[in-house]
Amino acid sequence: MSEKKIRVLIAKPGLDGHDRGAKIIARALRDAGMEVIYTGLRQTPEMIASAAVQEDVDVIGLSILSGAHGTLAPRLMELLKQKGMNDVTVLLGGTIPEADIPALKKAGIAEIFLPGTSTQDIVNFVREHARRVE
Amino acid sequence: MSSDREQHIRRTESDKLPAHTPEFTTISNHPIRRLYTPVDLREWDADRDLGLPGEPPYTRGIHPAMYRDRLWTMRQFAGFGSAEDTNKRFRYLLSQGQTGISVAFDLPTLMGYDSDDALAEGEVGKCGVAISSLADMEILFDRISLDAISTSMTINSPAAILWAMYLAVAEKQGANWKRLGGTLQNDILKEYIAQKEYIYPPKPSMRLVIDTLEFAARETPKYNPISISGYHIREAGSTAIQELAFTLRDGIEYVEWGLRRGLAVDEFAPRLSFFFNAHNDFFEEIAKYRAARRLWSRTMTERFGAKSARSASLRFHAQTAGCSLTAQQPYNNVIRTALQALAAVMGGTQSLHTNSLDEAWALPTEFAATLALRTQQILAHETGVTNTADPLGGSYFVEALTNEVEQGAREYIRKIDEMGGMIAAIERGYPQREIADASYRYQMAVDRKEKIVVGVNAFTDEEKSLETLQVGESVRAQQVSRLRKLRKERSNAEVARLLASLRKAAAGNENLMPHIYDAVKAYATLGELCAALREVFGSHEEAAVT
Repeated sequence: MSEKKIRVLIAKPGLDGHDRGAKIIARALRDAGMEVIYTGLRQTPEMIASAAVQEDVDVIGLSILSGAHGTLAPRLMELLKQKGMNDVTVLLGGTIPEADIPALKKAGIAEIFLPGTSTQDIVNFVREHARRVE
Repeated sequence: MSSDREQHIRRTESDKLPAHTPEFTTISNHPIRRLYTPVDLREWDADRDLGLPGEPPYTRGIHPAMYRDRLWTMRQFAGFGSAEDTNKRFRYLLSQGQTGISVAFDLPTLMGYDSDDALAEGEVGKCGVAISSLADMEILFDRISLDAISTSMTINSPAAILWAMYLAVAEKQGANWKRLGGTLQNDILKEYIAQKEYIYPPKPSMRLVIDTLEFAARETPKYNPISISGYHIREAGSTAIQELAFTLRDGIEYVEWGLRRGLAVDEFAPRLSFFFNAHNDFFEEIAKYRAARRLWSRTMTERFGAKSARSASLRFHAQTAGCSLTAQQPYNNVIRTALQALAAVMGGTQSLHTNSLDEAWALPTEFAATLALRTQQILAHETGVTNTADPLGGSYFVEALTNEVEQGAREYIRKIDEMGGMIAAIERGYPQREIADASYRYQMAVDRKEKIVVGVNAFTDEEKSLETLQVGESVRAQQVSRLRKLRKERSNAEVARLLASLRKAAAGNENLMPHIYDAVKAYATLGELCAALREVFGSHEEAAVT
C-alpha cells in the first residue's frame, strides 16, 4: 500500500502581511515531498477552516507576527471543531510571547515554532504528527 | 603600478584553500576576496567616483561636514495600544533624548480599518497605535509641538489620510505648515513587493502618492511626503544589492509619475527621501549606502536632468535589521543592534532607529526601548566616528565593494527597465520572486550551518524567560465606545456630503488631498474614507509567489 502524501495548508490569518516565513516553510515542506497549499494573505479563521475542509488537509500551519494570535488561533480551533476536523494537526509560528504559549496549547495548537527554528525540525515534526489516512 | 608588482599582488591573493574551508561571502552571498589592493581600483577614479562630501556624486555623504555640523536624528519607531499609551511613550523617549518622533500604527489602521471593524478583532493596538479618526490623532500628539519636532509616520495605503489628520492637528496647534518637518512613508510600490499592506490596485495608489507629492511641494516645503524604502524589501529576505536596486527603481518610478503629472523634477525631487535597512554585514551595508548616494546622484542628473543639488542628494533614514533579532538569548540582540547602527552611521545616515532586544518576542518594553536609544547616544558621543565625514573613504575594500554593489544594482535596474518599469515588474511577480528565492537560499544556508547565527545554530544554551510588553484587549473596547461617541457628536450629514464629494473627485483627476483634509476635519473616520476610496479604486489581491 503506497503512502499518501501529507497535505498541509499554510495560512496567514488576520491582517498581518509578513509572509517570508510562511513562504519558506511552504517551499521546504514541498521540497520534502508534501502537498502544500498556501492560502495567501489576510485570511479570516472562517476562510482557513473552509479551505482546510475543502483541501482535506492533514496539517495546518499558521503564521502570525501581528500579536493577534490570542484571538485568531483559538477562533480557528473552535471552527475546526465545529466542522468536525478533530484530528488535523495545527501548528503556529511567528511572534508569540512565551507567556501566551500555554493558553494556545490548551486551545489545541499542537506546537508553537519560534523564530530560529530550522525548516528540518518543522519537516520532521509534521512527518511525525500528521494524521495519515490511507 | 609596475606589472611585476601587480603580479606579486595577484599571487598573494590566490588562496591555497584546504578542502573544508568555506567560501567567504557576505550575508547576501556576495563573494569577498582575501585582500583588497590598488589593483581592485584600477578602473576607479577618485575625482569621478569618490568626490567630496556634499558634492556630486555624494559618495562620501550629502553634507560637507556631516556629523560635525549636525548629528543624525535619533528617531525611535514607537506605538502600541491607545493614543494615550503611545503619547506617553513618545514623551518619555523625547525626555530621554530622542530628537525625532516616529509613529507605529496598528494593523487595522495600516490597512484602513477602524478599530471597531469586524476585521480588526484581536488586532487593535497590538503592533502599533490604533488611530481611527482625527480625535485619536489629537490625543496622540497631546503636549507635543509639531512645529518643534519632526515627525515620521510609517503608513502607506492610507498615508494621505493619516497625513491629513497630522496636518489638521498641526493647524489646531497653530503651527505653520511651511515649517513642519517630518516624513510620511507613503511608498506603495514596496507594499506590492514586500510589506504587503496594499489596499487599492497600483495605478490609483500611485495617483494618491503623486497627489501627496504635489500637495507637499506647494504646502509643506520642509516635509518629506515619501520615504522610498528598502528596509522592508530586505526584511522580506532580499540581498543588499536587491534592496538597493528595487528601492532606487521604485524611486525612478515615482519620479516618472511626478513628471507625467506635470511637475518639474526639481520641484518635488528634493523632498524624496529614502529608508534603508542596517543589516549584519558591516562593510556590505556601508558600501550599500555609499553606492546608493552615488547611483541616485547619477540617475537624477543623467536620467532626469535634475539641476538642483537637492534633487541629486539622497537623504535616508536607517533602521537596524529586525529580521536579524533572535528569540534565543535576546541580550545578544543589543550587540547586533549596536554594530548595525555603527554601520549606518559610518555609511552616513541622516536618521536612525535602533531596535530593542526583545522584538523577536513582542513590542519593546520601556527598558528595552531606552537601551536602544542609549546605543545611539553612545555611538554619537563616545566612539569618535562622528569626527570626520566618510571615515572609510579610500579603503581599497570599501571602494571596491561600493563599486560592486552599484554595478549589481544597475544590472537589476536595467532588467526592470526592460520589463517596462517597476509596476510591470511587480505585475509579473519579478521582485517578489527574487526576494522569495534569496530568502529561501539564506534559510537553507542557516539550516546547514553555512551561515552561523549565534545562540540559534551555534553557541546555544538553555533559555531563560524574558518579561515582555503585553497589550490587552481593552484597547479595542475603548476604541469602540469612542467611535460610537464620535459618530453621535459630529455632523453625519456633513461627513456624508464630504465623502460623496471625495468619491466624485476620486473618479476624476483632481488632487484628493484637499478633499481628504476637509473630511478628516469633519471627523470622518479612517475606515469611512478608505471604504469610500475602495468603492472607486477597487481592491488589490496578489497572486502569491512562494
